Formats: sequence, structure tokens, C-alpha cells
Amino acid sequence: MSGAIVRLLTCGSVDDGKSTLIGRLLVETDSIPHDTIGAARKVRRSGSTIPAGEIDFSLLTDGLEAEREQGITIDVAYRSMTLLDGKRLIISDAPGHEQYTRNMVVAASRADIGLVLIDAMKGVRTQTLRHLTICSLMGVSRIIIAINKLDAMDYKQEVFDAISADIQRAVARLDVADIHIVPLSALAGDNVVYPSTNMPWYKGQTLQDAIQSWQKPKDVSASGLMRIQMIARADNFRGVSGTVRRGTFTQGEEVTIFPSNQKATISSIVTFEKEINKADTDDAVTLVLTPEVDATRGDVIAVSKDDLVAADRFAAHVVWLNEEPLIHSRSYLMISGPSTTPAIITKIRHKIDVNTGEHISTDTLKMNEIGDVEVASDIPLVMRPYGDDREFGNFILVDRLTLKTVGAGMIRHSLRRSSNVTHQDYEVDKVQRSAQKNQKARVVWLTGLSGSGKSTIANALEKRLFAQGAHAYVLDGDNLRLGLNMDLGFTPEDRAENVRRVSEVAKLMVDSGLIVISALVSPFEVDRQRAKSIFEDGEFLEIFIDTPVEICRSRDPKGLYKKSAAGEIPNFTGVGQDYERPTHPDLVIDGTAPIEESVEKILKILL
Amino acid sequence: MSKIAAILKELENESIEILRETASGFKKPVMMYSIGKDSSVLLHLARKAFYPSPIPFPLLHIDTTWKFKEMISFRDRIAAETKSQLIVHTNQEGKASGINPFNTNASEYTRVMKTVALRQALDMHGFDAAIGGSRRDEEKSRAKERIFSVRDPGHRWNPREQRPELWRTYNTRLAPEQTMRVFPISDWTEADIWHYILQEGIEVNPLYFAKERPMVARGDQMIMVDDDRFQLRDDEKPTMKMVRFRTLGCYPLTAGVESTATTMEEIVEEVLQVKLSERATRLIDGENEDSMEKKKTEGYF
Repeated sequence: MSGAIVRLLTCGSVDDGKSTLIGRLLVETDSIPHDTIGAARKVRRSGSTIPAGEIDFSLLTDGLEAEREQGITIDVAYRSMTLLDGKRLIISDAPGHEQYTRNMVVAASRADIGLVLIDAMKGVRTQTLRHLTICSLMGVSRIIIAINKLDAMDYKQEVFDAISADIQRAVARLDVADIHIVPLSALAGDNVVYPSTNMPWYKGQTLQDAIQSWQKPKDVSASGLMRIQMIARADNFRGVSGTVRRGTFTQGEEVTIFPSNQKATISSIVTFEKEINKADTDDAVTLVLTPEVDATRGDVIAVSKDDLVAADRFAAHVVWLNEEPLIHSRSYLMISGPSTTPAIITKIRHKIDVNTGEHISTDTLKMNEIGDVEVASDIPLVMRPYGDDREFGNFILVDRLTLKTVGAGMIRHSLRRSSNVTHQDYEVDKVQRSAQKNQKARVVWLTGLSGSGKSTIANALEKRLFAQGAHAYVLDGDNLRLGLNMDLGFTPEDRAENVRRVSEVAKLMVDSGLIVISALVSPFEVDRQRAKSIFEDGEFLEIFIDTPVEICRSRDPKGLYKKSAAGEIPNFTGVGQDYERPTHPDLVIDGTAPIEESVEKILKILL
Repeated sequence: MSKIAAILKELENESIEILRETASGFKKPVMMYSIGKDSSVLLHLARKAFYPSPIPFPLLHIDTTWKFKEMISFRDRIAAETKSQLIVHTNQEGKASGINPFNTNASEYTRVMKTVALRQALDMHGFDAAIGGSRRDEEKSRAKERIFSVRDPGHRWNPREQRPELWRTYNTRLAPEQTMRVFPISDWTEADIWHYILQEGIEVNPLYFAKERPMVARGDQMIMVDDDRFQLRDDEKPTMKMVRFRTLGCYPLTAGVESTATTMEEIVEEVLQVKLSERATRLIDGENEDSMEKKKTEGYF
């Protein structure tokens, strides 16, 4: 990469004059169309004191309608401008308040430079510490601290010196090497693009100079690395397409493909114009490999494999982006480059106070919170520590139901090489075991409210199967809670873990050739889907025992509804907690129908 | 490499990566082809992204039936020359109801003939991702648009429910009935587009080059009389003017600018000098400050 495009994150709030500063930078570098400037001379925010006819610089950067009414930016907006030295600057503008930490994290994820605004009248505040923490966490390589509104402090050097000293103390705990502090006034135009005549005591760079002098940090290990994005096929042609993330690839070079560890030689590098003999960092190219190896999207191609490890257990920082909090043990989709795998957070070591850097113990992460966590992925991924490699060190977490992006992760290190845990290939397999028993191993997953009739149906079903000579076994939620799951309660987190354990036990039993009947309330759709996802297609039958809650309550076989009504069970499904009806069950059983009828229905789809 | 060439290389690489991600991440993507310069660049990038394979998705043009004649002939020729599959869709009910840019107010005309037409076409073919040539520098609400931007059922954009987009790690998953809009040239500026067209020798529509054309003045704007459907007022008479167009749309709604730029080099030079946002020559946008955002929430690109 040439570094011809520089990405800058702005941290600060409207009160600090952030919009005004960006607006000034845009106008003074002639990056704003003249009719837009014309509009900024006419339109006024309510309560604005800027005289009509003068430019309200802050109007040039705010975006959406509702936000304009509130007078604040509440999303991330992107702006392009050309610096006077010809480089392109892309500004990502995010709000600075604590409730918008996630927006700032998004904006910071690609930023090279973090611009932290400080109001000279207020000095270093909590938000300044927060902005510095986020810049450091997200791997921003340079921080420029703009001490703004010095015009309101008579351009006094003492003000600047005092704030600078505070900053030096604040950054000492952070991992940021490259810091520039610039005194300026966005409103009056001092030291933004043009050096100020009002502050002769300042001999340093203007804001623009501090941006222009940034250089892309060199990656210490520059050997070629890319992920396969897609396979290119044409007549007599097969190539692997992707973007070079690091180093270079040269024609004739030997490469290794992960995770298969196959070796191949780059026979040609194809682009639309012509074949080239070298692909540089950041180039989007297509490589032809000899021999034609079996590679797919998500595989990694590397020139040197020294520093690459495929792992399925990681320590990572995770920023939670979603209104619904992180649930420990729940399965999310982990997307890293072109790879997607189910993953769960197995442990939250602590969360990090974004203002002070303090570690606080917790069992969940709420929106805007940053956690130090352990992640387990279903398939091993080639990843590197985020601190060394932003591209190979990041991932996002996606909710399996809403498919929203709910978390952003930065790998700290892998916890074990997945190769340490080689999967034992038994000589007798599931198919043979099932065949010996003359049956197809399956899970019959009964879900429904307490009192819906799951256990009764499960037991009746087992009897019928036994009578027919089939080998079946019932996993009953309540019974398991007396042993295997005795450490679990009924919070959403514990219920997720309960379902996970039972599904893993069921999986072992299916592998042994059994028909497993599980009777578990399992109220959450994601948990059930996660359970289903560990089985082969057609192996997992989700059966919904649909019984109206009034009937369950009148049956109340365990007296739980009574206790719940007395307030003794806070998380009771159907009362204190919702039951999420299955969206695509394999079968719905009317829980008020005769048991024998229900068993017949299940047998029909099972055998 | 010059600064601008280095910038274009970075932009190109990123756009290609996004196009490949779209082809890999969706069942049935489509690329919007509006015949303008941005579409020409997008098409060129798509050819590069998948070479030597053919472009793995069709092109879609929403034809209001009021486009410049030179746009339609250019569209058909380029689709044939690049061996692209071209789908043309018109809102036939809208057309039958007599809606036209002269007698219908501009925002209603746009809604029916462009926004509704687009939704019809996407639904009819079951496209789950539509690639568009919008750029963040075009308009303020576009500055907040994601690269992979989810649309709710009914193709509506909900700016408050946008997915966070981090690094270059894209979430291309869709919940039932959601669709995606993809913007591979989000970070490009108008000047980049022209520099790139010049550098790559991409053929663009002749309307971008200055030529003597029959024009009438309407307010501050000059409108071309492209065919005999033009409703001339009594006192109006088309006069030949040396004019070019900065954006291409429906001819009665797209103003020309007086210009002598007849070569690509001259156009680039002119673009770098003229400091007027390009959509200022689109009559439908300027109605009020937030009109683009409103249109986008309804499903406009």
C-alpha cells in the first residue's frame, strides 16, 4: 500500500467544536462544493449565534435529519478531502459520548490517525481518556491531540502547557507511541491549515502538517499473506482471487495453503490488463497455482508459514455493539475475513472501564462495553494478534437469528493450537453402530413450556421404541439438573449452557448409534439452533409441544407455576421469562391431544 | 506513481474486494446500470474483479422511458460489447397511468418511475443484493451509508438500524425478506471517477462531452429538447447551445452546463475547477434539504 489514502478518526463532541474543525479543514483545503458552502451561509440551527451570511462550518459535516434536529451526530459519517500535498484524507466522524462508544469503535477500526479534541476551556476530561483508550485499543497508529478554542483563552501558552502535561500523564498507561499535540482555534482558523500568528510561542506543526507527515508503519514480517476470497473459473482456467494483506507474492514462489498445509507454486498472477510477476500489499489479484490444489474461500495462502497458527481457542478483546447483551455460552457467528464459523464466548475474564482502564469482573457485556474474553470457534482459523496485524487479527460476531453485527473482536493471542487436539478417528463409526442396531441414530428434541407434556411424551415414545426393538434413551432436563447440570440456574446464560451441554451429550449418544429423546424447556431459539447446528442434516428433529400456558398452569405437575406465582422463581418460562416459539420446527404436537396420538406422529417422521 | 494514480489504485483494489465479496456472499446479486459515468466505472471494475471469468451477475437498468436517446443506444451497445446480461425494467402501471416528468411533480414522478420500479424489478427477479454506484461525496445522507447496507422488507432503509461496519470484515448475512444494497465505490469522489475514466480509457456516454444541442432555459437551468414529447411553453424556442451534462438522468429533469470540453482531458480539468456539487444539476433533489434521505428510506438508491 502506498499510503496515498490516510484515514482519520475524529474524537470529540459538538461542544468541543469538532464539526466546526472538520468544516474548517474542508473549506480551507477547498474540498467542499461552493453551493454546499452557500447553504451553510443560509441555513441555521435553532439557537445558532452565527450571523447570517457567514459560514456555519459545523453544518458541513452533520448528516441525518433527526440528528440535525438534536444538533449532534449520532452515527458514523465519512468525508473525503484532498490535502494540500495531494494525499487523500478520509475522515470518519463519530460522536464522542459514552453511549456512542460503539460508533467510535466502528470509525476507529480503519483509522490510521485518531484526532482527539480537547476544549481549552475545559482541559482533559473523562471523555478525553475514553477517546485515547479507544484509539489505543483499536490500533490507531498516530494520535493528534487538538487543543481547541485557544482563542477563548487569549491564546495563552500556559493554558496549552498545562493541558499538555495532563495529556502526557494520561497516555503513559496506553500503548501509543506517536502523539502530536497542536494548539488551535477551529472557529478563528489558527493552526488548522494555516499557521497561527496569534500563537508565536508555538513552533510545531499545524493540524494539516501533523496529518500529512504520517507514514504507514512498516510490517516487520513482510512475507506474502492473503485469504482466498473466491475461486475464479473460466475455460481451462482456475485461479484463486483475493487481496494481498501483507507482503508480496512473486511468480515462481512456493506458497503454503492453510489449513490443508498443501504446497504449490505461483505459476502466474493474472490481472485484467496483463499478467504481472509481482503482487504488492493491498493488491486485489488472482493467482494461478501449480499443482491445482484443493483450496476454497477462507483458506489462507502464505509465503512463509512461520508465524501462522490455526487455532480454535483465542483470547480477545470484544466490544459489544448490540442493545441485547452478550450471552456467555451462546453461539454466535464469527466472521473473520472470508471465513465464518459458529463460536461461543467461553469466558469473560473482566471488562475494561473505558474511562480509566480499570478491570472490572462481570458475567456479561452490555452495549458499548469492552471485555477481555476467551472465544471458542467451531473450526480453526488462521489469525494473528491484532497488535501485530489488524487485518488478520480482527473478527466480528453476528447474532444467529437477527444476523445483526453484535460484537467486534481483536485477537490477543491463541490459547492453544487446534493441532494439539487431533480428532480421534475410530474404526467403527456412527453409521456402523446404527446399522448394527438396525436403526438410524437421531435426536428427538422436545421443546415446550413446563407442564406442556414433554416428559410424558418422551417416556411414552421411549417405551414404544423399546417395544419395537430400537435402542433409545431419554435425556430429561430436570433429571440432568440433578447431576451434570447441577451448577446451572435459569438465567438466559445458564439456560444457553444447559442446552449446549445436553446437545453435546446427545451428540455423543447419537455417535454411539442411539436414538436420543431430549425433554428440555429450551426456551430460546438461538440456543436450539445452536444445538441443531452440531448435528448432521436430518439428524436433529425439533419437535414443539404446543400447549397453552393456562393448561400447563392447571396441570402444574411439579408445582412450579404455584411457586412462580408466589414470586419464588424469578426466571420461570412463560411467566418471568419469554418462551420463543420455534420458527421452523420439524413437527408441532398439540399438547392437549391424547399421548398415543402424539407418539404416533413422532414415530411417523422418526422411522 | 503519481499521487492520484496511487489513490486510484487503492480505491480500485478496495472496490474489487467488495465486488468479489458480493459475488461470494449472496445467492442472486445484480448490478444497477444507470448508463452514467459511475455505472461505467462500476462495470469496468466488475470486469477486472472477475477476469478471466465473466461478470457473475446481470446488469439492471430502470428505464423511466424518459432517458436521453443517446443513453439507451449507448446502454445496448456497451452491454453487447462487454457480453453482459442486461435486464431493463419499466414500471408499466406507472407509465400507463400517464405519469411524466412534465405534468407530475418531480418527487412523485421519481417515486413511481424510479423507486417503485426498482422495488418491482428486485422483487420480480428475487435479487438479494443490488450493487449501486453511489458515492459518499454526492450528498450528506450518503456520507453515512454503509458499504453493505441492509434493507428491511419492502426495501426500506432504516438509518437508525444500520449494522456497524468494521475494518474490511463485511457481514453479508440476511434475515428473511431482508435485501442488501452494496456500494463498492463509496469512497470515490467525482474527480476520482473522471481521473480513473481517463487513466483506464473507459468509454463514457457522449452526453458528457460538450456539443451543440437544442436547449431551452427553465429558471437558472438549461434543459435539452431530446424528443417531441418535450412540452414547450408558448414563449419557448429551443436554441442550439454548446452544452455538456455532469450527470445523466431523465432528460427533462437533467440540466446541462455550458461548456467547451470535448475531450476527456478537458472534462477532468473542468471538473477540478467547477466547485458545484454535481447533484445540483438534478432538478429532483433540491426540493428541500433532506429530500435524498427521504427518498432513500423509501428504497431509492
